[in-house]
Amino acid sequence: MTSLPQTTQKKLGLVIDLDICVGCQACTVNCKEWNEGGHSGPLTDLMATGPDPSGVWFNRVHTFETEERTVHFPKSCLHCDDAPCVTVCPTGASYKREEDGIVLVNADTCIGCKLCSWACPYGAREYDEDQGVMKKCTLCVDRIYNPNLQEDQRVPACVSTCPAGARHFGDLGDPDSDLSRLVAERGGYDLMPEQGTKPVNKYLPPRPKTVSEAEKALKAVGMADDGVGDAGFFARLVDRVLTK
Amino acid sequence: MNPFETVREEVDVTPVVADEVKCTTCYMCACRCGIRVHMKNGKIRYIDGNPDHPVNKGVLCAKGSAGLMNHYSQARLSKPLKRVGERGAGDFEEIEWDEALALASEWLGTVRNTDPKKLAFFTGRDQSQSLTGWWAAQFGTPNFAAHGGFCSVNMAAGGLYTLGGAFWEFGEPDWDRAEYFLMFGVAEDHDSNPIKAGLGRLKTRGAKFVSVNPVRTGYSAIADDWVPVRPGTDGLFIFALIHELLKADKIDWDYLVRYTNAHWLVIDAPGTANHGLFARDADGEPLTWDRNDGAVPAKAGTSPMLTGRFTLEDGTVVVPSFELLARRYLSTDYAPEAVEKTTGVSAAQIKRIAAELAEAAFEKEITLDVEWEDWTGKKHDKITGRPVAMHAMRGISAHSNGFHTCRAIHILQVLLGSVDCPGGWRFKAPFPKPIPPGPKPAQPPFTPGEALKGMPIGNPTGPEDLLVDDNGQPLRIDKAYSWEHPIAAHGLMHMVMHNAWAGDPYPVDVLFMYMANMGWNSAMNPGQAMKYLTDKNADGSYKIPKFIYSDAYWSETIAYADLILPDTTYLERWDCISLLDRPISSAHGGADAIRQPVVEPDRDVRPFQTVLLELGARLGLPGMTNEDGSNKFPGGYADYIVNHERGAALGPLAGWRGEDGDQHGRGAPNPNQLQKYIENGGFWQEHLPMEAQFLKHANANYLAHAHRMGWIPSAEPIVFQLYSEHLQKFRLAAEGHGDRQPPEQHRKRVHDMFDPLPIWYTPFEEEGADEQGYPLHALTQRPMHMYHSWGSQNTWLRQITAQNRLFMHRAKAAELGIEDDQWIWIDSPHGRVKGQVKTMDGVNRDTVWTWNAIGKRKGAWGLSEDAPESNKGFLLNHVITELLPPKSDGHRYSNSDPITGQAAWFDLRVRITPCAADEIEATEPQFPPLNHPNMAPRPGRHGDDVKPTESRGQATPQKDWIANKDLRS
Repeated sequence: MTSLPQTTQKKLGLVIDLDICVGCQACTVNCKEWNEGGHSGPLTDLMATGPDPSGVWFNRVHTFETEERTVHFPKSCLHCDDAPCVTVCPTGASYKREEDGIVLVNADTCIGCKLCSWACPYGAREYDEDQGVMKKCTLCVDRIYNPNLQEDQRVPACVSTCPAGARHFGDLGDPDSDLSRLVAERGGYDLMPEQGTKPVNKYLPPRPKTVSEAEKALKAVGMADDGVGDAGFFARLVDRVLTK
Repeated sequence: MNPFETVREEVDVTPVVADEVKCTTCYMCACRCGIRVHMKNGKIRYIDGNPDHPVNKGVLCAKGSAGLMNHYSQARLSKPLKRVGERGAGDFEEIEWDEALALASEWLGTVRNTDPKKLAFFTGRDQSQSLTGWWAAQFGTPNFAAHGGFCSVNMAAGGLYTLGGAFWEFGEPDWDRAEYFLMFGVAEDHDSNPIKAGLGRLKTRGAKFVSVNPVRTGYSAIADDWVPVRPGTDGLFIFALIHELLKADKIDWDYLVRYTNAHWLVIDAPGTANHGLFARDADGEPLTWDRNDGAVPAKAGTSPMLTGRFTLEDGTVVVPSFELLARRYLSTDYAPEAVEKTTGVSAAQIKRIAAELAEAAFEKEITLDVEWEDWTGKKHDKITGRPVAMHAMRGISAHSNGFHTCRAIHILQVLLGSVDCPGGWRFKAPFPKPIPPGPKPAQPPFTPGEALKGMPIGNPTGPEDLLVDDNGQPLRIDKAYSWEHPIAAHGLMHMVMHNAWAGDPYPVDVLFMYMANMGWNSAMNPGQAMKYLTDKNADGSYKIPKFIYSDAYWSETIAYADLILPDTTYLERWDCISLLDRPISSAHGGADAIRQPVVEPDRDVRPFQTVLLELGARLGLPGMTNEDGSNKFPGGYADYIVNHERGAALGPLAGWRGEDGDQHGRGAPNPNQLQKYIENGGFWQEHLPMEAQFLKHANANYLAHAHRMGWIPSAEPIVFQLYSEHLQKFRLAAEGHGDRQPPEQHRKRVHDMFDPLPIWYTPFEEEGADEQGYPLHALTQRPMHMYHSWGSQNTWLRQITAQNRLFMHRAKAAELGIEDDQWIWIDSPHGRVKGQVKTMDGVNRDTVWTWNAIGKRKGAWGLSEDAPESNKGFLLNHVITELLPPKSDGHRYSNSDPITGQAAWFDLRVRITPCAADEIEATEPQFPPLNHPNMAPRPGRHGDDVKPTESRGQATPQKDWIANKDLRS
């Protein structure tokens, strides 16, 4: 069993806006692309040209319908405070960083037992069958502090690439930060809080529909009583003085 | 080491991930985003968006990020190929480039010196039509076009003939100011990243987004109001909105008389040759009726009338064109209640949207304190904005009534006064242009050994511009610019193979295509396409004698060509994204860009454009050959990009022209131009001052600038053509006026379709569909991660989608006794295809749809024969036809818009029936597997090739990132 840090100096995580995510998969592919050569790469593709194309992805978008809308739901590791994937790990390979709260897997000590993937209620772990180790979102730990990258790149790949601007990143441990305030304003929520994992990542719910189902219609001006005749329209137009 | 001690991992958070970064332009779809390509160990480490680039501003979509897997694709061609077996068998021998070029030159040279129109040169989704069209003109064939005829010519022509601009490439919503955004028929497509970014900003500001679309996916999923319109009925929906706005007096009247032809006088003299044309003075200037001064030239009047019936001095009776417009749309035929049943949109929803449009336009008016000068010289100290913006694409375009519907959307925008104002839909340079823009298609003769006397593609303004013979019969192989499709401004690529096979209007000698999968998903009815390419004459020769094809990948079309000229990938080439072609500008100013080779090809392939110029030189084409007969562009396409001139000091790239590189727009060629682009991140962009950014069609500052840049022929204002005299001219011909009239068989159709004001009619293919038992509309769209991208051979993208299903409404499925995953037959009058069902709620009940171009043919794209794409994925194209049923005289029209020739993909009607229990659970029809060496599936570990260099340097402090932070003050 592996222990979690008592506290972490920061709680780095993602805030995902379900109101504007169009499900385009930009985040999932750019994530894969970066992390191929990143801390936990490669993200092996198993049957790249074959009958069951599958491979390792740290981020996946799920799409489902509710009664009145279609929701695109990107999901990756939520870097939980009480991460069951860590405490279940028999080798210490799965761990949560004390300095920023990022949950990582040490490939050198992972034995591929998959206990963590059973423990994670979100299905956010990815087993690399080819290499026999567990992999997962690193929150781009090799980007966010990296002086060898331009400043615009020092955020997780999924965040910088998101065309709609539906992804935010930062320290959710600071209640006064702009990010925390955004979460509060928008009613950001934890995914499956009943699991007791205290996820750091937050989701911003779709905003209420601005459509009022109440009758709303323009009032015809000066039309015939039945509202359809057009004599009144042209009579008014004759008198309308227009200026160029 | 104590085995029970946790070994803490030392994470390198400061690795060196790239040796070099090169900026170029993405080519994974049609957006043309700026990308940074990060190289490591000579390989592509990763690609991300260029934050400085005007199109994508740093973001990048799934396709763009997966671009390196297209670059490293297993399906890449590696050497020129010459067919040795039967067409379609895929038996080739590899040949050297010298032999390939000699062979192509020989075939093409023979055609050019005998009958140049017998070369049909059609390019697909390439982005070099300025070069390819010019090449065709120098060759002397009128038979050239790109893929616009089967993609979006209705949107282009509908806009260009109304506003002098069009949705997407020639205009964009003012995402940062619009309060209400109405989008029609956008299937997660054109354009990709700008729409996503725009919607994100729009919604972050709290503006309202309404999507009119039979399917609620992608963009429509985040709409505040979804209008599940019945396919092909959008026109009626728009007419009803116009009806409501007119009735309620919610019209920007001053805008109409300032910027449109609403007050121009239309001659009312039925039966005469002038009926329906504008009354003009001796100088040809249209007349208006001034409240005080009577008939005056349109430019002179100060208080024009929009209604009335007047008699000119010569006795001509005239009415303002707006009178005709208002009378039409005030008709009770277009009341919300009257269109409710046909459109499937409730009258209440139509009324609500009309009310909201009016509210946004007139109660949320924007005023910018910007001084500007209109074309008359009058100074203004503010600009009024009506913050309603619209966008439309294939859902409007891909119907046989799409041209008129597109015009209707633009008229709706104009009535609200929202075109090119703050918050509205705004032009992107070099648009607006004169309505329609010049030039016109080059007229015959098509003389052996000579160039065309113009360009093959253009915009006709009357019957005199058609390409028809003395009997009114088509002169082009695709029948573009004939009486069947007079304003076919992008040609009809979807008809070329059929017509060439049928010899209708004549056979061709050489079919030359580039980057278009016409043997599969780009063809209506691919099974027929295969037949056209393999069918033989009695003497054993092929009906289409020679087929040259260029592409980078082993697509379904390859096996049908006689000669393959293998192209590079987009990361191995020079290109220009030119203002002469398909611009990437924004409402803030013009822009263009380059591609530069990021890596050298590791195969014996050459960039197609360089090959085309080389062929041009070998053929001795003017413009490509020096006087001594040598190649004018020995440096290939890059040489052409820098040194080719089109008109006075204009060239493919606008930036850093002139010998010193200090001129933009016009200027002599600059030998260092490409280096300047590279230094600037691969693009050039201008920033219009605020006083030139709005109402560009009438803005003196902008018009002078645009003229200076060579974008418009003069600085004259551009007056929006609500009522289209150009269309009326064709109608008059059909009524028996003028020298050039349609043959009898087309007369009624031309008359009915060329209405000078938008009309709505049932899409052609739907006529009788209900009675014949085809009750459902069938549509396609591309998933966002594959929209407009070349080949889902991409090993990353196919992990997201490797099989398409037929989506249908849950209730409709239940009605038919169909459940999720069930195998079904999709029947149309033209064929049947088998697939699997997925039910959903967010779709119009009478509509089924699927992801397009997922289905592949076995053996293509380097995928194994058991790939889901060719066993479970299906192509709806198999039940679509390129020809409508015969008319009473036996004539078959193309399944296209009668005005523009736009392929009517979305007119399809089908019926769905469950497969019998004993039927094999695999897609049909199946075709023999293509003879391509299958790639054995193997693990891909690209990351192993691009491992970072350890650094363990000083970490920089982490910073939070909030998207669209500038909007959250």
